[in-house]
Amino acid sequence: MPATDTVGSIAPIEIAQRERQPSPIQRSVVFDVRDLSVHYGKSQAIKDVSLEIYGNMVTALIGPSGCGKSTFIRCLNRMNDLIPEARVEGEILYHDQNLYGAGVDAVAVRRWIGMVFQKPNPFPKSIYDNVAWGPRVHGMRKGLDDRVERALRQAALWDEVKNRLKRSAVALSGGQQQRLCIARALAVEPDVLLLDEPASALDPIATSAIEDLIHELKSEYTIVIVTHNMQQAARVADMTAFFSLDVHDDGSRTGVLVEYDETPKIFTQPADSRTEGYVTGRFG
Amino acid sequence: MSAPAASPRAFALGRRRFRDQVGDSTLFGLTGGASFAAVGLVGLLVYELFHQSWPAIEEFGLGFITSHAWDPVKNEFGALDFIWGTLYTSALAVLLAAPLSIAIGLFLSELAPRGVRGIVGALVEMLAAIPSVVIGLWGVFIVGPFIHDHLAPFLDRTLGWTPFFSGGVPAAGNTLLTAVIVLTIMIIPITASISRELFLTVPEELEQGSLALGMTRWEMVRGVVLPYTRGGVVAAVILGLGRAIGEAIAVTQVIGGLLGIHISLFESGDTLASRIAAQYQGAATDIQVASLVYLALILLAISLITNFIAQLIVRRFEFQRVGGD
Amino acid sequence: MSGTRDSGYSLRPTAQLRRRKLVNLAMEGIGAAAALVGVAVLGLVVWAVAKRGAAALNKDFFTDVPATFGETGGGIANSIVGSIVIVLVATAFAMPFGVLVGIYLNEIAGQRVTRLVSLVLDVLNGLPAIVIGIFVYGLLVIGSGHAAWKASFALAIIMLPLVARSTQEVLRLVPEALREGSTALGVARWRTTVGVVMPTVLGGILTGATLAVARAAGETAPLLFTCSVTTSQVSWQPTEALQSIPLTIFQFLESPNPDDHAKAWAASLVLMTFVLVLSLLSKALLARSRRKLSR
Repeated sequence: MPATDTVGSIAPIEIAQRERQPSPIQRSVVFDVRDLSVHYGKSQAIKDVSLEIYGNMVTALIGPSGCGKSTFIRCLNRMNDLIPEARVEGEILYHDQNLYGAGVDAVAVRRWIGMVFQKPNPFPKSIYDNVAWGPRVHGMRKGLDDRVERALRQAALWDEVKNRLKRSAVALSGGQQQRLCIARALAVEPDVLLLDEPASALDPIATSAIEDLIHELKSEYTIVIVTHNMQQAARVADMTAFFSLDVHDDGSRTGVLVEYDETPKIFTQPADSRTEGYVTGRFG
Repeated sequence: MSAPAASPRAFALGRRRFRDQVGDSTLFGLTGGASFAAVGLVGLLVYELFHQSWPAIEEFGLGFITSHAWDPVKNEFGALDFIWGTLYTSALAVLLAAPLSIAIGLFLSELAPRGVRGIVGALVEMLAAIPSVVIGLWGVFIVGPFIHDHLAPFLDRTLGWTPFFSGGVPAAGNTLLTAVIVLTIMIIPITASISRELFLTVPEELEQGSLALGMTRWEMVRGVVLPYTRGGVVAAVILGLGRAIGEAIAVTQVIGGLLGIHISLFESGDTLASRIAAQYQGAATDIQVASLVYLALILLAISLITNFIAQLIVRRFEFQRVGGD
Repeated sequence: MSGTRDSGYSLRPTAQLRRRKLVNLAMEGIGAAAALVGVAVLGLVVWAVAKRGAAALNKDFFTDVPATFGETGGGIANSIVGSIVIVLVATAFAMPFGVLVGIYLNEIAGQRVTRLVSLVLDVLNGLPAIVIGIFVYGLLVIGSGHAAWKASFALAIIMLPLVARSTQEVLRLVPEALREGSTALGVARWRTTVGVVMPTVLGGILTGATLAVARAAGETAPLLFTCSVTTSQVSWQPTEALQSIPLTIFQFLESPNPDDHAKAWAASLVLMTFVLVLSLLSKALLARSRRKLSR
């Protein structure tokens, strides 16, 4: 892999020594997004976004703020349904099923596609109940203790909390709370994990823990992560999608997908000049 | 331009300070005095109640609280019947009003379509503004006859075997049941409005977090919204209870004003507040007046205890929620 | 079970999900039903008062004094005037007092004192109106008779916690930066409070006042003890024992005369309209001041 020094703070060696990605033939498509557009009332948030998200890989969405990354990711688990003015056009196929098709229930969608938010949001319950509540409601009542332990281990939180499972979750530190939220999402055994800037509210040490976690988790889950931190994307992601803003004549802005490729390529040999400008720090 | 020679007075700090000192002292004095007076007012009130009821306290002592009597002719008085009436009707009213209020609060904050929320919310709050004497009037002329003509026979047929509706259809519309219904109507608006405001304080990220986990709206309410607001909701309910306990005017018009400790809602009875309102003007002897004030003292005590318990519960729930354990 | 990962990630609802959605629907239905009941009751009360009250209303109702005993006709002019006087005087008592307490709590007092005074205000707020009536009776009425201003005093006690608390809350919304800006200019504490902070919260205080007035206008119990032996002439003197609307309704109820009952409904209509209008007004003011403060 050419080691052009386009991203200053990441040693080119790191990118070169990355494990080989499965060749395109071996990838399995989890999401097939076709011409996705989202309007909030009169303004258009994103326009004609098309890409495929592959199984057991980490896909990062990067770009300047306001370019629609969060809007996009929220379409994947139909969280935009909660906003009354939101209008979604285009098609998202999830394992060949139309995510917005008739007969599809948003609640069922979220069973398979979980989400972790930017600000840790533990429920006002004990640590155990935070993790166990989801499985309970979804009907997984047997072996709850094992399930909770497994989820907390996967989130690399078990050792720190195993002796105080009954304590309130609100008493944990920020980093721990976020890992708890990850455990909570994992406890229902989803297929996909969506992470909306999961570490931006955390300190560097907690951030690093989350990034290690993502590395571990991708063997079992498909992960899509929104991040405003390019270096983070370069560290964790297999595929990277770069979003940017189209400015119209009347001053309004719409988010568009500029480039989507394997991460090393985006950072070392971007095809689009806008991508190059962003990853080299010239703007954004 | 040369600077003018600074006169000794120009930057004199002492002089400005004095005027401001006076101003500051006046502000502190006035506001502090007002607050002190408010505290003193409560103390004065308690003193005044003791003072007016003293003859009855001396005469009957604490036995007043457990005595059934109320005889203006023989000058024998006791509070037990009215304590029962107060506690019984208020408890039943809260039992009816609390779930209804919480349901209304949830509806107005979580479940209703946006347009409906504003209108219905405003309507419920307007119900809170209706004076108790008007509710009493409505109770006498509308609820009473309704109970007598329709509700009581129905309840007699279906639930007449329970102790709550035993004794046969009442002769008139002034019953404990009427009082309970009137009290329920008075409690619902306050409790519902406070509940609604509480449910609106639940942070959006908690609600979104639970929905992202694949919960239905009701599961979100049950799992996140209700636990989050537990303390406040209990406080709101107890606030409603306090209102019911102290309500005199609406109750006295519909309750029938009789003695006796009954469970059946078809019977008549009386509450502390209601009896005071009914008899104070026509009290013949000093001892009767003092006894009525003694009733007021007991009412005050119950009211304060209820308030105190509410504070305790709120504090305990707040503590849990914020993470102590 | 809502499906395992091996079952192909189907997005179709499973039986379990359908059950949960049914429960959800049922709960939403119950919530809607409860709200309906609440609104229906309000509608019933307002409708009954409006219908029966309107039937007995005529111009004379507002301008005449009550008929002599046993005769029909007459009006509640004396009650209307009396109520206006009593509530106005009560507001004059309660407003300065309440605002001062509110300022003390938010601007001046330390933490412990604030907690004590807040507790006292909570107690005052929860006191049954009839207990307040007996208190004022013992304090002011024994030995010297009933008077409108004594009723105002009792109502002011009821209004005090409402005014104090709303003042306190609206003061809390004022950003600290505003006070700091004034202090940094060398302005004294009292000047900052009076000249800078208070003008911004006048709207909020007015809202609190409106609410308190609405509450006081409808209270009957304190009137029984302080101003119930009344004149039937129209008078504006606070030193006299003036008749008031809630008391009139209460007394009309006791009477066996059906004409009096009709008048009770009419008086209720007047009172209820007044209180509801005030209530709506306070809500509008609240919305307006919230918009202003959040800019």
